[in-house]
Amino acid sequence: MAKKKFVVGCFDDEAALFPAVKKVRTVGYKIHDVYTPFAVHGLDHAMGLRETSLHTAGFIYGITGTTTALSCISWILTSDWPLNIGGKPHFALPAWIPITFELTVLFAAVGMVLTFCYLCQLAPFVKKHHFHPRATDDLFVMVIECTSKTNVDDLKGFLSNNGAVEVDVQVAEDGWWLGRYDKEEMPFEQKIVAA
Amino acid sequence: MHLKYESQLREPLVYGSKTYHDVTEDIVRPIEAKPSKLWYIGFYIAVALLLFGIYAIYRDVTYGIGQWNLNKTIGWGWDITNFVWWVGIGHAGTLISAILLLFRQGWRTGVNRAAEAMTIFAVMCAGQFPIWHMGRVWMAFFVLPYANTRGPLWVNFNSPLLWDVFAISTYFTVSLLFWYSGLLPDFGTVRDRAKTKLRKHLYGIASFGWTGSTKHWQRHESLSLVLAGLSTPLVLSVHTIVSFDFATSVVPGWHTTIFPPYFVAGAIFSGFAMVQSLMVIVRKVFGLQDYVTMGHIEAMNKVIVLTGSIVGVAYLTELFMGWYSQNKYEGYTFWYSRANLFSPYGWSYWGMMACNVLSPQIFWFRKMRRNLFVTFFMSVIVNVGMWFERFVIIVTSLYRDYLPSSWATYYSPTIWEIGFYLGTFGLFFTCFFLFAKYFPTIAIAEIKYVLKTTGESYKEKMGHLENVDASVFAHSGHGHTLVENSGSV
Repeated sequence: MAKKKFVVGCFDDEAALFPAVKKVRTVGYKIHDVYTPFAVHGLDHAMGLRETSLHTAGFIYGITGTTTALSCISWILTSDWPLNIGGKPHFALPAWIPITFELTVLFAAVGMVLTFCYLCQLAPFVKKHHFHPRATDDLFVMVIECTSKTNVDDLKGFLSNNGAVEVDVQVAEDGWWLGRYDKEEMPFEQKIVAA
Repeated sequence: MHLKYESQLREPLVYGSKTYHDVTEDIVRPIEAKPSKLWYIGFYIAVALLLFGIYAIYRDVTYGIGQWNLNKTIGWGWDITNFVWWVGIGHAGTLISAILLLFRQGWRTGVNRAAEAMTIFAVMCAGQFPIWHMGRVWMAFFVLPYANTRGPLWVNFNSPLLWDVFAISTYFTVSLLFWYSGLLPDFGTVRDRAKTKLRKHLYGIASFGWTGSTKHWQRHESLSLVLAGLSTPLVLSVHTIVSFDFATSVVPGWHTTIFPPYFVAGAIFSGFAMVQSLMVIVRKVFGLQDYVTMGHIEAMNKVIVLTGSIVGVAYLTELFMGWYSQNKYEGYTFWYSRANLFSPYGWSYWGMMACNVLSPQIFWFRKMRRNLFVTFFMSVIVNVGMWFERFVIIVTSLYRDYLPSSWATYYSPTIWEIGFYLGTFGLFFTCFFLFAKYFPTIAIAEIKYVLKTTGESYKEKMGHLENVDASVFAHSGHGHTLVENSGSV
């Protein structure tokens, strides 16, 4: 957890955002993130982000569910407590398909949502720095991280020339902390600073 | 990937000339405004029904389920009828959000949020019936497989009733996760524009600290797509498994192989009818006519006429098989206990036929599909009809079984069985009223996503493209996806 300096450029149209992202990257600035009010398709590619492997995780959770269901049921009904139901086979695979299927779906869905929340650091009472309150409304907010070499004024001018309607500089925490959205204090971060 | 251009021939999904900010304003307004008088009246009626239902359940636990008028022959009466009815209603939400997402049906964006909420509340109501039907409800945990000292004694994994336990609980969990993950960005929107401290705090908790980061959106899209892919077979499996409760038995009228598809079609049918009932009111009360347009209403009415007709074919097939099988028990059930209008429950069979098969045929006419009054009236009729269907299946198969000496006298419910049913209406509408007041009833982010493709004012600006020669159009880049336009680096 550390505070960093960012230059924030806000765009009011995704059509202006795409060329700007391209130019910023060509010039060599480091885009910290772009915050958008909805999923802008293709923006992840334009920013050079790699594909998410969340779906692969989902597949693994799914087969874990399948295996859990099949192994538990077959152990229970053939070994732990084999019930004789009219002389029918103990290993009654067709009758287990519904539960096996349901557990596959359940494991995959629950696992994926938890993984999603973990990767994106989303949870109740988690608070993050928001660069612009309208990033969840109608602004596309490009945040560029400043290094020791960055000339802030140049960068601000560069963003304005490329269609940003608002440009400012913010020093902000880039991680998350436990906090309330109606209060400004950052309990954990302050402790770290004091220590 | 979405096209930047959509034909003028397609009706806009969002009317008026709206900016992204207008969309936020329109949808968040009901949350920020004081609830209307009508809302309070509706809410209090719902709570009153809920309290009556709780009292009915209190009596059920105290005196046993005999107070419902159930007897040895008719062990399943209104309770299981209501269970299947509510589960069926709970199918439209996931169908709209999952199957229509996979089919890339743009119109789902206007109605998916409310439909998913409705699904969750309907499944909550459905779950009450099997639970309280257990009688000794404090033993309810016996349906779960867990290590114990009684044997070890396990649940029977070969039983359709246990499949139901897994199916319904999985369905509820997955629907809830799907719904809530979609709500996160919209809670973020409400949080960031909140004026009061309490609202900022509560929506801050509910939004999980959502920022709108591109990486998060990318994962969110992947999550939605996979959850939709998982929910599609899930939604089909749930009502299939509910139908197995009947189809795997040897009771005439239940023992049929067409039950799974027939139940699933019926579930979609009743679910869409319930979505119509709710959306016709919600769009009016909250002034959301620009987002839930007549086009949306019409699309859902088309689904109703399709599934209603599928159900109709299933009814006729059953009657045919009752005769063709030459099985006298089957024949008796279908041709005497059901199709004979003058048998004790003949009225319910013909009520079902009239409501589910005949009346939805009105939706072959475009004028009727786009008439709000007809839509609302029909949506109620369809749900009455679907309730009759479950009642017909359950009671008419049970009341005259193989042994005439055990034939039950005319079964009718007591006020406490009806009270329990009314109580679930109370639960459903209490939840729905709270949802409509405190949650964004329309998926804000998803509407913004389709706004510039299918919004009325944006489509008009693209009108000139309609006259462009196809080869010129293809080369101009308008038909290309955003990705190709922007170019990946």
